[in-house]
Amino acid sequence: MYAQMVDTGSPSSMDERETRFQQRIDDGIRVEPQDWMPERYRKTLIRQISQHAHSEIVGQLPEGNWITRAPSLKRKAILLAKVQDEAGHGLYLYSAAETLGITRDQMVDDLHTGRAKYSSIFNYPTLTWADVGAIGWLVDGAAIMNQIPLCRCSYGPYARAMIRVCKEEAFHMRQGYDLMLSLCKGTPAQKAMAQDALNRWWWPSLMMFGPPDGDSVHSAQSQAWKIKLFTNDELRQKMVDQTVPQAEYLGLTVPDADLKWNAERGHYDYGDIDWEEFYNVVKGNGPCNRERLEVRNKAWTDGEWFRDALVAHADKQAQRAIAQAA
Amino acid sequence: MSSARYEYLLRLGDNALILSQRLGEWCGKGPALEEDMALTNNALDLLGQARLWLSLAAEEAGDGADEDTLAYLRDDREFRNVLLVEQPNGSYADTLARQFLFDAWSSLVLRRLLASSDPAIAAIAEKAVKEVSYHLRRSSDLVVRLGDGTALSHAMLQGAIDKVWPYHHELFIGDAIDAEMVASGIGFDPEHLKDEWLAYVREVLNEATLKVPAAGGWMPKGGKQGLHSEHLSKLLAEMQTLQRSHPGASW
Repeated sequence: MYAQMVDTGSPSSMDERETRFQQRIDDGIRVEPQDWMPERYRKTLIRQISQHAHSEIVGQLPEGNWITRAPSLKRKAILLAKVQDEAGHGLYLYSAAETLGITRDQMVDDLHTGRAKYSSIFNYPTLTWADVGAIGWLVDGAAIMNQIPLCRCSYGPYARAMIRVCKEEAFHMRQGYDLMLSLCKGTPAQKAMAQDALNRWWWPSLMMFGPPDGDSVHSAQSQAWKIKLFTNDELRQKMVDQTVPQAEYLGLTVPDADLKWNAERGHYDYGDIDWEEFYNVVKGNGPCNRERLEVRNKAWTDGEWFRDALVAHADKQAQRAIAQAA
Repeated sequence: MSSARYEYLLRLGDNALILSQRLGEWCGKGPALEEDMALTNNALDLLGQARLWLSLAAEEAGDGADEDTLAYLRDDREFRNVLLVEQPNGSYADTLARQFLFDAWSSLVLRRLLASSDPAIAAIAEKAVKEVSYHLRRSSDLVVRLGDGTALSHAMLQGAIDKVWPYHHELFIGDAIDAEMVASGIGFDPEHLKDEWLAYVREVLNEATLKVPAAGGWMPKGGKQGLHSEHLSKLLAEMQTLQRSHPGASW
């Protein structure tokens, strides 16, 4: 997901305050910034929300790659608006994380130095225009699957940010599917482009939900705190069940020979995921890890003079105001 | 097809389209998150304006053209934008200097067009002038803050203004198309905008502690007539690639 394998810290026995805190969560009472919270809850949420924010910011890059080449003015306008939305999501999420006592500069520094992670999915390249459609349809589709429950998560600022984010993500997914539909109704070359994009994005999209439940060591704590409402495998299954009929409607083939409807379970069975690939990408060895971080670092370094100047100007203005008042 | 009105609409549409294309190159790479969003907004506004102007031009052409055939299937010699907007982004200071000079001019253009005898043109101007007034407020404000910021930002902004300055001359040179537009009451004489433009630019640069470059010197021109710098054909090669490599496909 946009936040994957979030470390919840080492558990210890709960003292009375923690027990009361857990009771409030169990009773469905939202935690707000001024409320007491266990240090582990606070740190875990900082990791989760900042990872989500970083994913939005780095996530601008693969799709931004096609803005200058969008094949119609309408598609260009949609893509510009969408990538701008991602920046906006990053901004709400950084703000939500700041309520937990960390600054945006600290978080950005953690991203740029590789201490903080972002979603594995954004380390894959966008090779053709169809990839823009596949990202909207599959990646944003997977994001919504995870984020709609988060609108009900225990931390107030995060839950409220998610409500707005989800509304925009729903639009993003629809535009992605609409783009794929145009390609699938188009020329044979366009349809082949769509199939190729599905082939490349299918498995990485399923990996987005994170490791299988058996290997997901932090899930139980996150679920108890209600900052994770479904398990990785539950969400992954939902994604497969939702997406397979959509692919059929497009006339595309999901690249999984083991995929079949299981009437007994009422779900699709699907093939094994290459977790070695996932862990490799998470460790920094994906196709675009270096490039993405390089671009972010360059933008930040190139923009330093700009940010410094705005601060310097504001200081000068403040001094002038003081001098004038004196 | 090549009526003066058609040419005039292409000029308006191409300015917005090409500048929007340049600004789109920054998306995701701005110097601050808020700046990234604001500049993308600017790009979106200009793209929206380009679509309105080009759709109207396509209607005037009446040969089955639409906004996309005009944007994607013309060659560089058929583009009618001024040279200023096709100049490469350079540093953020360069982008900002280009934007400021353009916004100051474009807001005057659009205000003149509010009084156009052509109702379709006046209607687009009415929508666009609100957006461009905001763009101008934003770019002027940033020029002041960066000009009067640090020694480095001051030097960068001054260098950027000096570099882009020669391209302003073309904005105020009229030709036969402009004359025809003046005669029919559709347009205005571009020379008449110069004093007001210069007064505004001077005021902002003064506040920014920046120098107005000396008059005279190199005065490149020709964009309005389709004679561009080397940069435009490369910009178009990138922008038009899919439409050119998949002729007739819909997207």
